[in-house]
Amino acid sequence: MPSLLIIVPLLGLIILNLPIKDVMKRCAFWFALVLFVAEILLAIQHNPLFWHNQLAKIDPFFKVSLSLDSLGFVMLLCVGVVCLASLLVARNTIREESSRFRFINLLIIASMGMNGIVMVRDIFSLYIFLEITAVASFILIAFDKDVYALEGAFKYLILSSVATVMLLTSIAMMLIVSGGTSFAAIHTALQAPNNNLIMVAIGLFICGLLIKGGVVPFHAWVPDAYSSAPSAVSVLLSGIVTKAAGIYTLIRVVTALFNFDPAMKSIFLLLGAISILIGAFAAMGQSDMKRMFAYSSISQVGYIVIGLGTGTFLGIAGAIFHLFNHSIFKSLLFVNASAVEEGLGTTEMDSMGGLSYKMPVTGTTSVIGLLSAAGVPPLSGFWSKLMIIIALWQSGSHTYSVIAIAASVLTLAYLLIMQRKVFFGKLAAGNEDLREAGLGITTASVMLAAIIVGVGLFFPYIFNTYVAPLQELIAK
Amino acid sequence: MISHISINTVLLTAMIIAALWTVMGRSLLKATIGLAVTSAIITILMFRLNSPLAAVFELSVCTGLITVVFVSTISLTKPLTHKEILEASKKRNRRFGFLPIAMIVTSIVLTLIKIKNNLIVPPATDTVTDVRQVMWNLRQLDMFGQIIIIIIGALGVIILFEERRRDEW
Repeated sequence: MPSLLIIVPLLGLIILNLPIKDVMKRCAFWFALVLFVAEILLAIQHNPLFWHNQLAKIDPFFKVSLSLDSLGFVMLLCVGVVCLASLLVARNTIREESSRFRFINLLIIASMGMNGIVMVRDIFSLYIFLEITAVASFILIAFDKDVYALEGAFKYLILSSVATVMLLTSIAMMLIVSGGTSFAAIHTALQAPNNNLIMVAIGLFICGLLIKGGVVPFHAWVPDAYSSAPSAVSVLLSGIVTKAAGIYTLIRVVTALFNFDPAMKSIFLLLGAISILIGAFAAMGQSDMKRMFAYSSISQVGYIVIGLGTGTFLGIAGAIFHLFNHSIFKSLLFVNASAVEEGLGTTEMDSMGGLSYKMPVTGTTSVIGLLSAAGVPPLSGFWSKLMIIIALWQSGSHTYSVIAIAASVLTLAYLLIMQRKVFFGKLAAGNEDLREAGLGITTASVMLAAIIVGVGLFFPYIFNTYVAPLQELIAK
Repeated sequence: MISHISINTVLLTAMIIAALWTVMGRSLLKATIGLAVTSAIITILMFRLNSPLAAVFELSVCTGLITVVFVSTISLTKPLTHKEILEASKKRNRRFGFLPIAMIVTSIVLTLIKIKNNLIVPPATDTVTDVRQVMWNLRQLDMFGQIIIIIIGALGVIILFEERRRDEW
């Protein structure tokens, strides 16, 4: 059954590009919409009977071995929701039908790549799907072909290539040690007493993933790529691409393959704390909305890494839950940035003010997004940050928990500054005719805001249904 | 036996020439083709050395790599004038002129000395030796991945070429 999440989009993509493009161009949006909604529904319906029994013959037919667990379902949900939001934003921001058609093609490919990353249990296949996602992202960043977009794409390409070399070298070393590339074979081989080759392989693999995840000190490409990409692409990149390609993969390999020893935990704690602080301080000094959100992403990814660094169930579950929450609230903030950019043609905050009067939906959902990012109760971001901070305290990392709390205050400060400059205060001259962005953007922002509020209010149900089953990661 | 060795030697020589062409060529697009040829020869060598799994891996990496390089070459470069081509060619020859000599010397040295290899390599877990079986049974998912990467490459070329063509008009 999981193979359908790759096969169906692939077949759809081929059909969409048959030589009857005028018809297909009109169908592309609706096909992608159905695809992402179906993915969301399938991820929510994570009943093993449905996934493994009802359609059990499909995977053997295609001779592929894919697997889904509780972490996989959370990630599939993130992929579906963020791709849907990106698609809706593109409907308003990419006006030319041909360009939108190509964007949708690339979006479907990126989603296939991320679905593959989530479901594979073979380290070489994982590399292939990471590359699919990276190449699609590169073309998407350069989509507008202006100077800034090309610069952002170039930085992403260069650093992503460095990460690729590291990952490939590491995979080759693991193949030497284990004789195979499946997770099971590598896990067994890595249980042997530590030797230098294994240590180097693990180090290279983790560095490669940290580059793809944009964690400090490997974050140089993030601000340029996020801020220079078209709005719909920024939503996709910040919401899910870096999370799936970097952070999810890091969590997966650390929990399933490597021996999660104290040295590794200390490194994650340190890198997480540095990311949180540098991201937050850098965000403070930004005057461009998208760049501020990009640095904010670096800071929030730090929370995920620091949670992983605790090595406890609560910490890792908190990290995964924060990954989900960050995907949603950061996508919301970027959707709102695209609404503002559509209206004003810029994301420079110094020239804005009072937009809430003209864009009430965007202004209101922006408040929900920023409060969730800052960890204000009862929104979803509060619960995941709370889990991470409690896990840090319980594991004896008191200093790191204080850093996490202090950085939350910083997050609230810089996002409130953004809100005041952009949405509150007096309406800037010349913006009297401004109106709410199109239906696509508004629908996306309302959907994401509703998820933030819903997850926050129904946290006990969410915890029991989606977070508690993550215990199986530690049990493995 | 001798014919096996001579075929492998011919392939190795061809690989070195293709690799040198990749590095020393003045055109990025030709260098991309050179890279593809180098990778294809390595793949054939691995098949011949009874390592079909490594050969399929090389093929997969090559597909992705060529796509990335090809698409980035198209998007990030502009055609040079005749004068610029000549200057670039001179600079490149000065910079990499030593490479063929270095390659020949290294090859001779490696042929004469025997390198001691202490690495203990476990037996491969996959014992299939038929390349078709490796590609279509063991690594079916990677084949799907390669198809997707080729589609992205084609899309990238369409998007970026069309934009350039429009600019030229």
